[in-house]
Amino acid sequence: MNKIFEVPLYAYQSNPDQSAPAPVRHKVIVVGAGPVGLAAAIDLAQQGVEVVVLDDNDKVSFGSRAICFAKRPLEILDRLGCGQPMVDKGVLWNKGKVFFDDRKVYEFDLQPEAGDQRPAFINLQQYYLEEYLVDRIRDLQAEGAPIEIRGRNKVEAVGTHPDHVRLEVETPEGSYIVEADWVIACDGANSPMRTMMGKDFVGRVFEDNFLIADVRMEADFPTERWFWFDPPFNKGQSALLHKQPDGVWRIDLQLGWDIDKEREKRPENVIPRLKAMLGDDVKFELEWVSIYTFQCRRMEQFRHGRVIFAGDSAHQVSPFGARGANSGLQDTDNLCWKLKMVLDGTAPESLLDSYDVERIHGADENILNSTRSTDFITPKSEMSCIMRDAVLDLSEHYDFARPMVNSGRLSTPCTYDGSPLNSADGLNGPATTRPGSACPDAPLGDGYLLPKLADRFTLLTIDTDAPDQMDVDGVQVTRLALSVKDDPSLALKRRYLGDATSAVYLIRPDQHVAARRDTFEENAFRQAVRRATGKE
Amino acid sequence: MADLILSPNFDHADDFYADLLDAHEGLEKQASDALNARLILVLANHIGDNGVLRQALHAAALEQE
Repeated sequence: MNKIFEVPLYAYQSNPDQSAPAPVRHKVIVVGAGPVGLAAAIDLAQQGVEVVVLDDNDKVSFGSRAICFAKRPLEILDRLGCGQPMVDKGVLWNKGKVFFDDRKVYEFDLQPEAGDQRPAFINLQQYYLEEYLVDRIRDLQAEGAPIEIRGRNKVEAVGTHPDHVRLEVETPEGSYIVEADWVIACDGANSPMRTMMGKDFVGRVFEDNFLIADVRMEADFPTERWFWFDPPFNKGQSALLHKQPDGVWRIDLQLGWDIDKEREKRPENVIPRLKAMLGDDVKFELEWVSIYTFQCRRMEQFRHGRVIFAGDSAHQVSPFGARGANSGLQDTDNLCWKLKMVLDGTAPESLLDSYDVERIHGADENILNSTRSTDFITPKSEMSCIMRDAVLDLSEHYDFARPMVNSGRLSTPCTYDGSPLNSADGLNGPATTRPGSACPDAPLGDGYLLPKLADRFTLLTIDTDAPDQMDVDGVQVTRLALSVKDDPSLALKRRYLGDATSAVYLIRPDQHVAARRDTFEENAFRQAVRRATGKE
Repeated sequence: MADLILSPNFDHADDFYADLLDAHEGLEKQASDALNARLILVLANHIGDNGVLRQALHAAALEQE
């Protein structure tokens, strides 16, 4: 067993709040030290917002869990100072094969798009991400950033008030009361915070069980995603094989609904299944086995007064498509700059309602995609099985059927179309950078575009003029002046200009486009800044 | 949006009908169902237009307007 699971990463220590004569009030408390909670805390702390993370555990989460990280979340992790270790350690992949019955029906190659610093996907065990995030918190602490992480601090009760939240926290040394201006609940799909607050969590339950196994083996399977529909070694079901670092492979086997979970989890039952899949002569060692069922559901609202839900506590999807952790990171990316502005008094509290609008839009997109994948992978009626098999049979012979094969639509960045923060599109430019879009990257000489767009409002000008600095009711907007000549690969031109000869983009601190026009027009952009900060 | 053609449009309707039955000749129910499913998908791709396909689904369901 990997020892990373056993060593406390943020061991319990007494904190001054426990002996304070009156409850101490913090700016922000994050409940849950999974990837989403840790990312939220780092995002706030590196912008100078005081934050405390509470977690009932003190170690990384057990087992590999989320293993597939997409480009946009890697770009978000770059902004948080954790992208490079992820990419250095992760397994890069872009090829996949699809099998049906006893034969390969087709293979695909998701060539990375030219112009991006980050790959389309990497595979990496969730515990590494958690470790890198905690390392980053330690670095921030060493720099004097106002961030603290408290292990074995379990929230037992929540009291919501108009201007603060009160939490009762249980520790090995007894309980204490602590307060915060804002609480971000990142305590997972079974969120105790959500239960304590009596909030809904409705959606569709999928009646299926999946065995998930991390297997350590020295095998020469290529670094590809292999997906089987109805394979001989798991008749009537599906299977997935995907590589992780350290010689660990993720195997998912669909088991069906009427099974005895405890029995199926025992090594004497798991090992024969894996042997049937991998072949008798492959030597392997089980690292982690779990059985999961899943639901596709979300809270009706993510913000409840001063408690804001993010990640799996707010929405849950099937694992097909890697949309869990990937969407949770997009939640905090969306939330933290807004919360910072509200705390600073540079934006009204209502700006936070746009978090609900934008991330519910994201959650619905993820639920739709993962529900469709699940319906394809696990057909629920005779006719849906006949149609699914027809698609697979056709895909072996004809290209046209391949886009219909759905073994998971992998996470792509969410575009906030229709967001109240967007201004009307004023550029005859590419659709990929319309208002609401996450900015695509572009190479610029010795670096990349995205790091230059982080953590502040930016006025990106391409081959046109604008003021270097604007102050719009206390919101600072800084210009980044570029020319298409700065990027000989022409990704900047292709992605930001299209047929236009110049462009001005207003870009939010989370690197989403708020407004764009062909040239700078002061009134239009001042209005766009007000709109993007919830003032219009 | 293009309209689904619901008036006679075949070059030779009887010939198509005979070809369709020939294709199913001698097949077990399961193989026939699979053939029909593949045929639907091949034709749907040829049409391509989701608006026309939705009209076709509606027409095939024999729902009252």
